[in-house]
Amino acid sequence: MNQRKERIDRGIRVRSGDVFALSSWREMAYLAAPRILPVALCLLLPLVLSPYWQKVLLSVAVFALLAISWDILARTGMVSLGQALFFGMGAYCSGIFNHYWGIPPLFAIPLAAVAGGLLSTLMLLPVLRLRGIYFSMVTLVIPLMLVRVIEATKIFGGTEGLSGMDPLPSRWVEMYAVLAVLLAALFGFRRVMDSDYGLVLRGIADNDRSVINAGINIYWFKAQSLFICASIGAFAGAFMTHVYMFVGMPVFALDYSILPIAAAVVGGPGTLAGATFGAFLLVPLSEALRGIGGLRIVLYGVFLVVFIVALPEGIFHYIQRKYHQVERWVEVE
Amino acid sequence: MTESPLLEAVELSKSFGGVRAVHSVSFAIQSGELMGVIGPNGSGKTTLVNLITRFVKPTSGKVLFKGETISHLPPHRIVRMGISRTFQMVKPFYQLPAYKNLIIPLYSPRMKMLAGRRYGDRNAVALDLLEEVGFERDAFVAYKPAGALPQGYLKRLELAKTIALEPELIILDELFSGLSLAEVASIVPIIEKLRLEGKTIIMIEHRLRELFRIADRVIVMNYGEKIADGKAAEVMESDAVKNAYLGTENVCK
Amino acid sequence: MLVGTIIYALINSAILALMAIGFNLTFGISGVANFAYGAFYVMAAYGMWLIRNHTALPYPLAVAVMVAVNVVLGALMYRFVLLRLRGQALSEVIATFGIGLAILELFRYYGFVGFEYTLPVFSDRSFVVVGTYVDAQRLFILGFAVVLVACLWSFTHFTSTGLAFRGIAQDERTALTFGIDADRVAALSVAFGAGLAALAATFIIPLGSISPEEGYDVLIKALAVCIIGGLGSSGGVIVAAVIIGFAERFTDSYIGSHWTMLVSLLAILAVLVVKPSGLFGKQKELEERI
Repeated sequence: MNQRKERIDRGIRVRSGDVFALSSWREMAYLAAPRILPVALCLLLPLVLSPYWQKVLLSVAVFALLAISWDILARTGMVSLGQALFFGMGAYCSGIFNHYWGIPPLFAIPLAAVAGGLLSTLMLLPVLRLRGIYFSMVTLVIPLMLVRVIEATKIFGGTEGLSGMDPLPSRWVEMYAVLAVLLAALFGFRRVMDSDYGLVLRGIADNDRSVINAGINIYWFKAQSLFICASIGAFAGAFMTHVYMFVGMPVFALDYSILPIAAAVVGGPGTLAGATFGAFLLVPLSEALRGIGGLRIVLYGVFLVVFIVALPEGIFHYIQRKYHQVERWVEVE
Repeated sequence: MTESPLLEAVELSKSFGGVRAVHSVSFAIQSGELMGVIGPNGSGKTTLVNLITRFVKPTSGKVLFKGETISHLPPHRIVRMGISRTFQMVKPFYQLPAYKNLIIPLYSPRMKMLAGRRYGDRNAVALDLLEEVGFERDAFVAYKPAGALPQGYLKRLELAKTIALEPELIILDELFSGLSLAEVASIVPIIEKLRLEGKTIIMIEHRLRELFRIADRVIVMNYGEKIADGKAAEVMESDAVKNAYLGTENVCK
Repeated sequence: MLVGTIIYALINSAILALMAIGFNLTFGISGVANFAYGAFYVMAAYGMWLIRNHTALPYPLAVAVMVAVNVVLGALMYRFVLLRLRGQALSEVIATFGIGLAILELFRYYGFVGFEYTLPVFSDRSFVVVGTYVDAQRLFILGFAVVLVACLWSFTHFTSTGLAFRGIAQDERTALTFGIDADRVAALSVAFGAGLAALAATFIIPLGSISPEEGYDVLIKALAVCIIGGLGSSGGVIVAAVIIGFAERFTDSYIGSHWTMLVSLLAILAVLVVKPSGLFGKQKELEERI
């Protein structure tokens, strides 16, 4: 009658903390599978998908990047409600570089990632001095206001936007470039967040006074984190500019703010893999649900609420737990 | 004494709204001294620490460290100059192993400025530091998540975070509060060892008996003002102190 | 021209203050940033429209019903969603944002867009005030904003519930020790904010029409006012509403209507640079918070 669930780490999991882990192929596979699988998936999927689903995979990658950027920011104690700001800044920067100055996409995109990141960081710099929800409020408001500003002042093509951007050399370059960046961001920033530098960043979110008391300028570190995340977002935006060969007001739309948050929250906040996983789940889902039109965003909203209330750890952590632990019911004495 | 003091506070004041938390407090501390700060609850001791480390902006007055004014610097710069403190409320990273908590101070720019005596792998340095403050290496206490440690270890962890920075001036804000007698007794030698290394220490403390045993000098705060300053024994005899503080607390036998 | 601009600027300020006051009240009391605020505003407006056009209820009763419905829904949102997330400010933000999003997009999905979706003005007369034509509805808004501010002020200063509100706002733990039920007060604060959103809609919607966009718009404006005034500060809301209200109206009259949004954006950025916590912000900068 009185039973409780007991969770025990699998033996391999326990031993993999030590150097003795790699004693058999089975154990190596156990450790390597979670890393190799996504890489293989990214490399092989484009080959088997139809052109339409390739486009979907493209936007999966873009939203995954935005979700990764959201998650890193959130772990530094800044919850952004306006990933669209980063996305839009990058998109417009790349658009301007290409449209007015004729810089080819392969240069315009990285340049725009840095420039867009820098501009967004400058805009949000004052808010870094505060913690709590101020950052969220300001990030929500600024992109929505920028849309109106562009609409009203008619700069950069106004409501029409800029079109006729140069596309990337080929469909395959497009596909593999963004997947490569996604994988690099996923594994690279995971390593960064686990390093001592990442520990400092996470420390700021947890206990900023303690970090200051180590003689560390937390505003400088927050600004760095913001710049990194804004640049990831700006890269996604710049990339999409050249995929659509168009940049306009929709780049500041709420979709680019909400889907990444939903992806990170549903996938599992606190892990970049979770954020990516969430994007791989939600974007195709929303594509499949295209038939229901506007109701999609309603679903995102509902997802957000349900997950944050009922499964705040996210799906990824749930899977991770199942992978690493055995569960069983035991009698309570 | 002709030697210039290590730290000097000049008429420091702070008011929150209408409340005068600290009012015109001046003191000087010589290098190598151990100064205690005592006073009833709410007498402005912690605010005084916050003013020195500039976690709170003083309303007026200034703080000099080695003859330089530091009260206009942001807190992280003050730490880099060599003043480090503990917090009364310890708040470690609960999910991380204890030694990982020391990574952040070891990452400090001060480490690079000192061209680190403790240079090397941060994890190894962290483990050494924890052993210094009494984390038994054999029992692998340092590897346990900070959230699972008892209060005594958390306080030692807090002390280790401060020592990690190799400061010249250490400010301990009620390090002994919430600890048992045995735990206090095990921390006192660590402090005495720090003194032998030549560190200057300011201790805010309620545990008077332990404090008086190790302090050279004590200042007494009441209602935000300094009411006495001198050798522990002299301070205990002054009437102002008896009235303000010891009259209500039965510690002097 | 100048006098007219000033009058309309005052009215504009009143509108902004009405939009922001509910959001600000909720945050000021319980620290809950209700990002579903715009959705509550629009929901009340649609509710009133439905009741008015599909039932025989008299309009004032429809208003009363929707205010009550909003209050109840606000309390329910607290009880079933926010209560589980209490203390995690960021989860609260995401959850309320999700709720607001779902509500607004649901309305868009069902196609409640168009000029016929509006609420009636209270009176279609208009007056000449110092040489400027002003319609009665705008004067009502101005009057109502003043009355509302006065009522809220006396409510929080003289009634026991109001004092409990302020107690919680100042120090939740201390308030708990005095037997104030923090969860009840927080639920009430969210409910109150939602109710105020409904009231604001009653007054402001007749000037335009109801649309899901309006929900986002109200949220943005409320946030803008709160960012400039300082979150949780009632005085700040009024000052900020006046600043934005005047800035917008004067830009509109002397520079061009399409520059108004830029002016608000610049105002936000300027205030953030000078004083990140807003003009009257209680949210202190790090050095001040120990």
